[in-house]
Amino acid sequence: MTRYFTEEHEWIDVEDDIATVGITDFAQGQLGDIVFVELPEVGAMIEQGKDAAVVESVKAASDVYAPITGEITEVNPALEEDPSLVNSSPEEDGWFFKMTIAAESELDKLMDEEAYKAFIEAL
Amino acid sequence: MTDHDTEDHLEDLPLDPLPLDAWHRAKGARMVPFAGYEMPIQYEGIVAEHTWTRENVGLFDVSHMGQLLLSGPGLDAAVEAVLPIDLSTLKLGQQRYSLLLDEDGGVLDDLMVSRWPDALYLVVNGATKWDDIGTLREALPDDITLNHLDDRALLALQGPKAADALARHADGKYPLSALTFMRFGLFTIAGHEVTIARAGYTGEDGFEISLPAAAAAEIADLLCGEPEVKPIGLGARDSLRLEAGLPLYGHDMSPETSPIEAGLIFGINKRRRSEGGFPGADRIIREIAEGTRRKWVGLRLDGRLPAREGAEVFAGDDHIGTVTSGGFSPTLGAPIAMAYVAAAHAAPGTAIEVEVRGKRLSATVTPTPFVPHRYFRGS
Repeated sequence: MTRYFTEEHEWIDVEDDIATVGITDFAQGQLGDIVFVELPEVGAMIEQGKDAAVVESVKAASDVYAPITGEITEVNPALEEDPSLVNSSPEEDGWFFKMTIAAESELDKLMDEEAYKAFIEAL
Repeated sequence: MTDHDTEDHLEDLPLDPLPLDAWHRAKGARMVPFAGYEMPIQYEGIVAEHTWTRENVGLFDVSHMGQLLLSGPGLDAAVEAVLPIDLSTLKLGQQRYSLLLDEDGGVLDDLMVSRWPDALYLVVNGATKWDDIGTLREALPDDITLNHLDDRALLALQGPKAADALARHADGKYPLSALTFMRFGLFTIAGHEVTIARAGYTGEDGFEISLPAAAAAEIADLLCGEPEVKPIGLGARDSLRLEAGLPLYGHDMSPETSPIEAGLIFGINKRRRSEGGFPGADRIIREIAEGTRRKWVGLRLDGRLPAREGAEVFAGDDHIGTVTSGGFSPTLGAPIAMAYVAAAHAAPGTAIEVEVRGKRLSATVTPTPFVPHRYFRGS
């Protein structure tokens, strides 16, 4: 399994032809206490960079963009019950959705963990 | 990931840092631009800070607010020509909420007025203080002196244990417990002269302490040394005031709203409602008699999705209003909001809908405060 990162602070785990997407620990720390996550519809086709989900913290609403183009195949049902999973386990139990990978080439432009670490340190 | 929300960038000119700027950073605060300054939005997290304040004591740096001192001959009459306040009933040691209105009755700011010996002390909003000073200077006669007390900091100590914590440090001619809600007095803390008002913006019992800027860090450290006290950021300040049903200038009221629409009739003192003689009096007096087409209300939303400022409010197909403040209430575990709605839909219990990202959320008009006030009015 390979994990990629975006400059918008999403992580993407790629396993076979399915990508699992969530937001990074850095992102949840910036957002603060998350009270609601609005997830996409299963079956929706979303283009890379377009709105895929919305995270509501106590303070503000923030968009989460699709890191690649694909079809939503599954959303995390646990987030409806307990949106604070995004705070407590952002890079594991607090995943947002799974999607197909329409164009593998889009993955090439994403960062690996090391590059992402350097990216947030420079912020 | 991007924030929809924007901080209040009302002044683009860089101002000097506030007296506690370095103190906040040393405490691990995340600083954001606010009212022209860098201010702490949070330290450990909004919900933790919010809950701490409701259960213990929060220390808020509100030094961005403007502290003004007015003095001079015929002071009361001069100020009554500018503010809809009845100064004949404001005694030494009392503080009262008032409003700065434009000629059309729109709200330029909301403020606190206190009677000092031979002077009136005003606390105005940070983002509006420069405009307020201009408005007041222009409206007041030349022999009224307006001093901007920009060498003073302002700290708010808020929460059910605030009196216990502060009493260990405040010395005065009378005990701190002699102050009841909306009264103030002169005290010393660690040898520094301060004024302490029993007031605040959280709905809890608490105090606002005006102190020399040079002593701000020393006094903030002293207060945070008490086991009940933690520093609290602007994020929790907003969620606390929202739960307390307290409107925020620039959001829940503005030059586009009248105080009567905003439910702030208590800011127009009784004698002034009949006598007039303040900016916008014609409209205010007419609205008191005839009512307004829209009213400011509290909303409780079903589900967990918050509605933010700007969300539109509907009754069936009819667009009846707009949300002016909204968020998630940590105390209630549910979204709450403030909105202007058509008067026909303003009665508590009225079912309405709020649109968020194309979805209609069910909501109910709810009396404010959402969380009961716990002011100390004497035993």
